[in-house]
Amino acid sequence: MELLEIVEKLREAFPGEILEWIEHRGQMGVIVRRDRILEMCRFLHDDSEIQMNHLMDLCGVDYGDRKDVRFEVVYNLYSIPLRHMIRLRAQVPEDDCRIDSVTSLWTGADWHERETYDLMGIVFEGHPDLRRVLLPETWEGHPLRKDYPVQGPEKEWSGYEEVKAVARRLKKYDFYGAAEWTDEEESRARAGEAGYVKE
Amino acid sequence: MSRNEERIADVSGDALSEVFEVQMGPQHPATHGVLKLNLVLDGETVLSCKPDVGYLHRGIEKLSENLTYSQSMPLTDRLDYMSAIANNTGYCLAVETLLGIEAPLRAKYLRTMICEMSRIASHLLWIATHALDIGAMTVFLYAFRERELILEMFEELCGARLTPSYPRIGGVRQDVTREFMDRLEKFIAEFPSRLEEYETLIDTNRIWLKRTKGIGIIPAEQAIGLGLTGASLRGSGVDYDIRKHRPYDAYPYVDFEVPIGISGDVYDRYRCRMEEFRQSVRIIRQCMEQLPPGPIIADDAPDLVMELKPPRKVMAGSTGPSPLKTALIRLVEDRQAYMEGDVYVSTEVPKGELGFYFVSDGRGMPYRMHIRSPSYIHIGALGVICEGELVADIIANIGSLDVVLGECDR
Repeated sequence: MELLEIVEKLREAFPGEILEWIEHRGQMGVIVRRDRILEMCRFLHDDSEIQMNHLMDLCGVDYGDRKDVRFEVVYNLYSIPLRHMIRLRAQVPEDDCRIDSVTSLWTGADWHERETYDLMGIVFEGHPDLRRVLLPETWEGHPLRKDYPVQGPEKEWSGYEEVKAVARRLKKYDFYGAAEWTDEEESRARAGEAGYVKE
Repeated sequence: MSRNEERIADVSGDALSEVFEVQMGPQHPATHGVLKLNLVLDGETVLSCKPDVGYLHRGIEKLSENLTYSQSMPLTDRLDYMSAIANNTGYCLAVETLLGIEAPLRAKYLRTMICEMSRIASHLLWIATHALDIGAMTVFLYAFRERELILEMFEELCGARLTPSYPRIGGVRQDVTREFMDRLEKFIAEFPSRLEEYETLIDTNRIWLKRTKGIGIIPAEQAIGLGLTGASLRGSGVDYDIRKHRPYDAYPYVDFEVPIGISGDVYDRYRCRMEEFRQSVRIIRQCMEQLPPGPIIADDAPDLVMELKPPRKVMAGSTGPSPLKTALIRLVEDRQAYMEGDVYVSTEVPKGELGFYFVSDGRGMPYRMHIRSPSYIHIGALGVICEGELVADIIANIGSLDVVLGECDR
């Protein structure tokens, strides 16, 4: 099936939901509203002529103030039996940062959505277990947003003190006696003097 | 009711059953890196398995938004450090698609050849550690011997063993030498007999068979739904190989088969990868035979190319920016309008489907880069697969999905 035919079918099934479609380098990207995204995905997944059974990729994009709608959630879909791919780009506004989860269609979307939530701060409604995945659970902010500084936030992560306290407590189990090193010995070991071992 | 569900129901009904939680990892030799599993156990049965990742998160996606396309390349080495060249190639292909350039034929063949070498190296490490985890130690030593030969060839090719950054956007960095080709020829002539060696060590090992056959079964439908790719998916009998579905580089010109499993257990995934070794050898041999002469990098490659070009003549007395800089600026300006847009390009790396999603606003650096890493999805699926299995089989499952945490955490 031609990519344009798929778009046409999608437009017929969901009038008014499709905002734009762009073909770029032979790949079709369809910009859609987010409200009926789950139904749209189900349509693409179940239709016998489309059969998008493989969710290749799901991620979020932050367009900042370059576009009217700040976020986009991108679904890269592929049909293994029919060998065609299409991209859905659902627009998510900043003031209501949520979209329906597609985990009911593709179980594998679970971790994709958790990652998008973790790094981009988009909430997926209906997700069974929406927690942070790559960052610590007490982390503040969403690093892949454009307003998050590359070198990290100025404030230290709140859990860091806790980690250090645990490390201090565990020092008594140090079999190598590093806890009793003098300052000089420690600095020599830290400077990486080859094979420095306390006598 | 599946076998796993039966087992869970069985232990839950037991009056003497006691549920307890175990945290496996993050520093556990059989988790292949810093993977932590939060397990809920009832005796030996796993009631729930929740993987906890992120210990190696380096923010590669965020970093790349502030680097030019060619500067981000070394970051992709650090994804899957067992087969760094395959990652580089995937990255380069994605950027090439975005910029609308095409590598010359010789470069395509070289990349295909090197990618298959890295597939062999990666699978060798996989069979070594997988067998070691399950209890067949000897294979480990043999497999590392062959892996070393490949790494030495990489070193000869570009000076690095694990993080080569050998491919370039629009081609490869430098041409192969005669000595390299001789060594490679010797290697592929010898390697199939080495494979048989491994198989005699494993395939007749009763412990191995007992611990892999019928363990960790993933039905085809479930495997697709979970997003498994690569040999992990093909073990379940799904014919999905990007080298055949969306051929890139020199794969359309070479002849090879895609091994498919039947039952989707650990053993079938093992058989698929063993067969992939042979197919890789076949691809390398064809690439060596067909390797065409010609340039190794495209003329319009916007890259830090190690290639001597005649210096641009500068008018006497002018103090403008350096010729290289002006050329780069002009290149970027020319392409600005042309480059705007987004692409998703994926390649078949040893672990599965590695995809890069780029959003470009026309500048020389990506506006957004997302990496779809196979290991991340596989670890996500691990929890589902392990539920209802025995604790010891978790190890077999981790090994058979072939995950690497550098790629998972990015």
